[in-house]
Amino acid sequence: MAVVKADNRGLRLASRYAVLILVAIIFIFPLLFMVMSSLKPSSQLLLDTKSLRAFLPVGELSLQNYTDAFVRAPIAVFVLNSVLITGVTVLLCLFVCSLAAFAFVFVDWSGKAVIFSILLATLIIPYETIFIPLLLMVSQLPWVGLEGFELGWLNTYRVQIAPFIADALSIFLFVQFFKDLPKELIEASRVEGASWWTIYRRVVMPLSGPVIATAAILKFLFMYNQYLWPLMVVQEEAIRPVMVGLGYFTDQLNVPWGEVMAYLTVITVPVLAFYLSLQRVFISSVASTGVKG
Amino acid sequence: MKHLRNATALAVIACAGTAQAQTELSLWYHGAGSANAEEALVNQVVDEFNASQSDWTVVLETFPQLAYNDAVGAAALAGELPDILDVDGPVMPNWAWAEYMQPLGIDEAKLDGFLPGAIGRWNGEVYSVGLWDAAVAMMARKSVLEENGIRIPTLEEPWTREEFDGALQTLKDTGNFEYPLDLGMAWTGEWYPYAFSPFLQSFGGDIVDRDGYQTAEGALNGDAAIEFGEWWQGLFENDMAPGTSQDAADRETGFVEGKYALSWNGNWAALPVVEKFGDDALFLPAPDFGNGPVIGGASWQFGVSATSEHPDGARQFIEFAIQPKYLSAFSDGTGLIPSTADAATDTKNYNEGGALEVFYELSENQAKLRPVTPGYIVQAKVFEKALADIANGADVVDTLDAAVDEINEDIENNQGYGHN
Repeated sequence: MAVVKADNRGLRLASRYAVLILVAIIFIFPLLFMVMSSLKPSSQLLLDTKSLRAFLPVGELSLQNYTDAFVRAPIAVFVLNSVLITGVTVLLCLFVCSLAAFAFVFVDWSGKAVIFSILLATLIIPYETIFIPLLLMVSQLPWVGLEGFELGWLNTYRVQIAPFIADALSIFLFVQFFKDLPKELIEASRVEGASWWTIYRRVVMPLSGPVIATAAILKFLFMYNQYLWPLMVVQEEAIRPVMVGLGYFTDQLNVPWGEVMAYLTVITVPVLAFYLSLQRVFISSVASTGVKG
Repeated sequence: MKHLRNATALAVIACAGTAQAQTELSLWYHGAGSANAEEALVNQVVDEFNASQSDWTVVLETFPQLAYNDAVGAAALAGELPDILDVDGPVMPNWAWAEYMQPLGIDEAKLDGFLPGAIGRWNGEVYSVGLWDAAVAMMARKSVLEENGIRIPTLEEPWTREEFDGALQTLKDTGNFEYPLDLGMAWTGEWYPYAFSPFLQSFGGDIVDRDGYQTAEGALNGDAAIEFGEWWQGLFENDMAPGTSQDAADRETGFVEGKYALSWNGNWAALPVVEKFGDDALFLPAPDFGNGPVIGGASWQFGVSATSEHPDGARQFIEFAIQPKYLSAFSDGTGLIPSTADAATDTKNYNEGGALEVFYELSENQAKLRPVTPGYIVQAKVFEKALADIANGADVVDTLDAAVDEINEDIENNQGYGHN
């Protein structure tokens, strides 16, 4: 009887792993295709798409596409710009949105339910619909910098960062997470005479790792994939991000697919690195969200 | 030593004075990453212009072509247009109408001898001028045509519709090719109106009625257009050409690999064909479907923005850029057709006996501008969708009628687009 039980368990385990491996293969195929294709000449790459060879390191392999891609476009500049813009926006977003959520959850003030509802309603407005008025606004905004007073934010890093620091989705995520924190912790801290700032910094945020990771990853992906906004507000090559840079490879009728794949491989590295660094916290956040009653 | 220091200081001050006296002109160009030779040539022209005089300094900013028109539109909204911009020929009337550009104010005698497709006019004024043009030809192999008893057409005597249809049927019957004709259906966007509206024009139709540009009625859904639409649909129904699902790889390599007997393609794709087939390669004129053979004309050109405070400087730069030596250099660097016959004689490919000489003649003799109207950018998209739908089996008359309605509605919504 015990033998049968053990067999059943082994079978279940094997089938579970088989499904997981299948799902993993499905998810890894695009990445595998991208990396393998980046090592092949364009003509071979296109021919290989008709078979499984597309996913295998076969044929004439070299790093020539990478060399050509770096000659065609200032890839390092684009990647650094995107990492800088994305990094700063994510940090500021986490700070501002968590503070806003803290105020919504723990601080009593009149009208917060109405304002929170209005905030949530903005989730249904796509950014693209406000880009034109936003463009007109930022083109007239004043700025005082090292070079003195100037009018207009176009062609700067700040115009790519400031409009995206606060967003309703991140605030919502923090609010949902903060609501589930034990109220006793906050009340005890207040009784001990802690200020709201101290409670935010010393009590709430140290407990909020999962939601910080989730909000950071979502914001990172949104910012790293920005295309239309930087296209509208940035004219200088020196401050262009990676997605606009992709246009350097896709404008011709005869697209250099090998170089496109090399470029995509290079610009995917920061995304993977960021995700992998926060993977454990992200998964625990998703898991804990899933079991919440 | 003290004198030397003083002299050096004076020289530095003098140089600084000169630098300050130079007024900066911004130049936007669509070719970022497109072809390194092209970007290098634009840089060369800018550097040599800056060194040639002391009044102006042109500062170049390049954009990916895909993003360029949107970037210009956004900059116009924000009041941040550059002094000099480059513009695709068929888009120029829209930018002139939208007041993104001002008339070039160039002495038109300086444009004598330019290919018609290299000069951008709107409402009777020159707004832009290009250093090159492009042309499309029917690529073929002499040996294939001769083996199958198909006449080799000439500029003077192109294929008639009957000859062309007969040639396709003959080539199909050989069984040696996947398809007798490659139209490049895998390419989308501007390729459709650029490459295929000339067929419609040769049938006697057009995207819009050029008499005032106020309607597409009769031009895009008249008898000639319907005849074109039925012929067009027949190409795909009878497996004469791959349809909209054509593999991009096949478009790029299918002809040289022998999958197609004929390929409707541009001069930019001609050199690999010459390399592969040598003297066997043929670049044939467009067939004459009844109203003369036609190919598309006009490529990228330089113009002056409406908001430029220094149109005289911008004009000086453009006049500097259209010198024959630069027309030749661009042609050699990019493979495109130089804008004048004089410049062509100094090029590698378009001189007498050059591998691509025929493209200059095609451009000179067969090129027709796409509709010169601000509404073209909408009409081009409507035309593209209609042709794709018809190729995929949609009813020809209904599709063309719907396209006409869409174009007319757009013209009406824009109060006729300012045609005088």
